[in-house]
Amino acid sequence: MDMYLPVANLSVNALVIVLLGGGVGLLSGMFGVGGGFLTTPLLIFYGIPPTVAAASATTQVTGASVSGAIAHYRRGGVDIPMGGVLVAGGVLGAVAGSAIFRLLQNLGQIDTVINILYVALLLGVGIPMAREAVASVAATIQGTPIAPKKRRHHPAVAALPFRWRFYASGLYISPLAPLILGFVTGIMTVLLGVGGGFIMVPAMLYILGMATRVVVGTSLFQILFVTAATTMVHAVTTKAVDIVLAFFLLLGSVVGAQVGTRIAARFKPDYLRLVLAALVLAVAFRLAIGLTWQPDEIYTVQLI
Amino acid sequence: MKRVAAACLAFLLIAARDEAPVLVPDVSQREVAIHYSFTGAELLLFGAILYPGGRVPDGRTDVAVVLKGPPQSILVREKQKLGGVIWANAGSAQFRSAPAFYAIAASRPLVDLIDERTAAIYELGLGSIHLSPAGGADPATAYRFETGFVDLRSRGGLFVTQPGSIEITRGVLYRARLSIPPRVPDGRYTAETFLIRDGKVIAAATRVISVRKQGFERVVAGYAQNRPIAYGLFAVVLSVGFGWAAGALFRRF
Repeated sequence: MDMYLPVANLSVNALVIVLLGGGVGLLSGMFGVGGGFLTTPLLIFYGIPPTVAAASATTQVTGASVSGAIAHYRRGGVDIPMGGVLVAGGVLGAVAGSAIFRLLQNLGQIDTVINILYVALLLGVGIPMAREAVASVAATIQGTPIAPKKRRHHPAVAALPFRWRFYASGLYISPLAPLILGFVTGIMTVLLGVGGGFIMVPAMLYILGMATRVVVGTSLFQILFVTAATTMVHAVTTKAVDIVLAFFLLLGSVVGAQVGTRIAARFKPDYLRLVLAALVLAVAFRLAIGLTWQPDEIYTVQLI
Repeated sequence: MKRVAAACLAFLLIAARDEAPVLVPDVSQREVAIHYSFTGAELLLFGAILYPGGRVPDGRTDVAVVLKGPPQSILVREKQKLGGVIWANAGSAQFRSAPAFYAIAASRPLVDLIDERTAAIYELGLGSIHLSPAGGADPATAYRFETGFVDLRSRGGLFVTQPGSIEITRGVLYRARLSIPPRVPDGRYTAETFLIRDGKVIAAATRVISVRKQGFERVVAGYAQNRPIAYGLFAVVLSVGFGWAAGALFRRF
């Protein structure tokens, strides 16, 4: 079924876009990640211009996180004050990110920087996650459960001033820590077209030391608002949001997200984390070798 | 079609007095509409060659047709392997008038029709498009970027050559088929027809084709461009609405 995209200026097969959205939505429901780190590269691979892909992928991440965020909120899995601080940081980060985006675009290095950032972040997140997941899965199989490590936030977080109480997260820490975390992911949302869940979730667990019960829900809550803000930033500055593309992506992803949350409920979190770690490392590996291979196209064209 | 024939006849009477032959070109569509299921358009470019006195001269006369999209200002970047490890953009060149689309059809291969100089004057052939390089790049570098750009566009189906695809009936009626791919921008396209004899262009004529988005596509593109805030809000509402609706729907099962 061919469909013309009025902003991207080309025809695509609507069914492919729906399936792509569905697959990514499934992952987002299962792991609490937005899935943007898969959507944007896949859309570019399908032939959609990079700016349109990044700008439209954020709407899909918004849609996928709404249903997830609502589902977690009903179960009491969202720490609202913590989420609010993260959103405030995220919106500031999105504004800063769009300035960085323009600068890199003018220098012609946006693609390379994006790829290197992806590789560094994915490896930095994937390796520790994989190591821990392997250890806990191995322990479960051998039947000798390792003593649960005492949940603690990073020493640097404890050093920050003005502590607040975040009841749902079980924390008494400075709001500056989540504000900075939100700011960094906000920059990435604009730069990489991702929700930032794959950074946010591990950072909440290992740096802030939040209670596992509220990690995924709060992450989705933050992604929801920050990607909505990013869509607005893109609509006004790059004018590259394609609503027809977004419609078909959303159609697949919201259904996928619902199915994903149901699947997630049936499996042990350790196994899920192991799969997510493998996925993150695979994407990182593919991008890393892609940087060193001779690209298919030596020349690229930019309209001015 | 009748009107075209009448115009041809009128022209024939006037042109009969002149020395040089006259071209009367036309296209099957003056307007190409881009709508929701647009997968490209096929254009028939046809016309008549009017000779003085209605006599077709001996020897071969050829026809070339060029369909050109709106000119764009572009920046071409070139990737190089940096430090022996990473491929990244290293150099760039600016061109002020690269056509968004270029297709040429001719009744014989171009090399048999004209020499390089004539090709360059009339922009006939992929190697002869005037891209107007900007800045003070040396000719060799500009040429390298130009070749890279033209190669990229021709593999993408946006720069096309179709030699030998024009039929000329009895030396006076010609027709060519050229297709516009779905990945072209909208704007003002031109169809230029050239009459070539003994390596010289002896007559030329131009027709304009407008490629425009229609209906829903036009409304969406217009909103995205002119009312970005309303458009952005709509995109956000759409995505939140979708997510919420799916959540509400699935809770029943």
